Amino acid sequence: MECVFGLVGNGFAIVAADTSAVHSILVHKSNEDKIIILDSHKLIAASGEPGDRVQFTEYIQKNVALYQFRNGIPLTTVAAANFTRGELATALRKNPSFVNILLAGYDKETGPSLYYIDYIATLHKVEKGAFGYGSYFSLSMMDRHFHSGMSVEEAIDLVDKCILEIRSRLVVAPPNFVIKIVDKDGAREYAWRESVKEAVAA
Amino acid sequence: MKLDTSGLESAAPLFGVTSELVDGFSSAPSFELPVTTDFDGFQKEAIQMVKPARGTTTLAFIFKEGVMVAADSRASMGGYISSQSVKKIIEINPYMLGTMAGGAADCQFWHRNLGIKCRLHELANKRRISVTGASKLLANILYSYRGMGLSVGTMIAGWDETGPGLYYVDSEGGRLKGTRFSVGSGSPYAYGVLDSGYRYDLSIEEAAELARRAIYHATFRDGASGGVASVYYVGPNGWKKLSGDDVGELHYKYYPVMPSTVEQEMVEVAGA
Repeated sequence: MECVFGLVGNGFAIVAADTSAVHSILVHKSNEDKIIILDSHKLIAASGEPGDRVQFTEYIQKNVALYQFRNGIPLTTVAAANFTRGELATALRKNPSFVNILLAGYDKETGPSLYYIDYIATLHKVEKGAFGYGSYFSLSMMDRHFHSGMSVEEAIDLVDKCILEIRSRLVVAPPNFVIKIVDKDGAREYAWRESVKEAVAA
Repeated sequence: MKLDTSGLESAAPLFGVTSELVDGFSSAPSFELPVTTDFDGFQKEAIQMVKPARGTTTLAFIFKEGVMVAADSRASMGGYISSQSVKKIIEINPYMLGTMAGGAADCQFWHRNLGIKCRLHELANKRRISVTGASKLLANILYSYRGMGLSVGTMIAGWDETGPGLYYVDSEGGRLKGTRFSVGSGSPYAYGVLDSGYRYDLSIEEAAELARRAIYHATFRDGASGGVASVYYVGPNGWKKLSGDDVGELHYKYYPVMPSTVEQEMVEVAGA
């Protein structure tokens, strides 16, 4: 089952997601990147039905880019989050998208922020959030060890603690995770945590 | 079981008032329901019966020389084998192949449709479409029909300017880029053999043998897979069919019958 979680630290926001693409009992691949870079300073970590996840997040990504082209300035994180929620809500009564989203971003004026958007278009600004079966373990871990203004090292340590807990306690634990960070220097991949190496074509 | 005769009873009023108005409204619209104790369960079972199970084994993997694609050839409807000679590897164009798992009609139609779109792209842009582009076209089409009962589990394998490409696309709208995939009811069996024998630097013959062996093992254990194991190779000059072997014959090739010592012999009993 898909595990996505994230938290806000001192001048940065960090999100981690599992990387397995599963179809009933089969793992089709274990290096599927589920954290999309929305623009230079925003990340979307998405979990949910495979088709919906990719199609919906790409739709948001292209619309955010369009706004920037039309208006010359990028959307703020709060605006992007509200736009995403609005699109989910509009689709909800006709053809709902079963995607749960954690939107992390950094704005020059307001600093880092994290938004929790679930598949029925709930929107919350949070300091830490999680989706999936992994949330049962990572939420309490984060509640216990989180304090506002954590440094990158402390936050990575907490993320690793959560990954370890998920790996040891969840019966269908995903083996690999990807961690991405967004701060004043932009949104980028931070690290992979792999326990099963996928054979990659050289 | 008491027969339900409510349908036979007339809904007309007892005393003989005949008026056109009453006659028009007298019988409520109805249809016969199947006589069961558990109608909801019956409905679920009926839906499951028509839901096509992906009774097949297909696989594809990228290696140093290109892409190897293989599939079985059995079509089954529940417990009945309807055909042992179905072409499950569909030739989209001379350098791209698609595999079929799920509903045969859905796969054949949409692959043909994809071939048309790829050709239109070539004519409009004066260059071949990439495997990425072709698989995205198919994924978008299938996504727009999601929830409407299409059953397609396909892999798009091809060779384009960036080299070999392999994508898994299904009717739920999922699209995955990867180096090794197997789709169908026999896929877990095929994955085991494929994963343990896979190396990136296989030669073409070794890769073909790995693909053939994986399909054979899947057909051995999975009842819904069988027939002929076809193996195709996609290289820089397009695809080429390498072999099509009956899996029964493959069985005796891999596990030939050894003469073994007899444990007990039947002895003729001298006249009663």
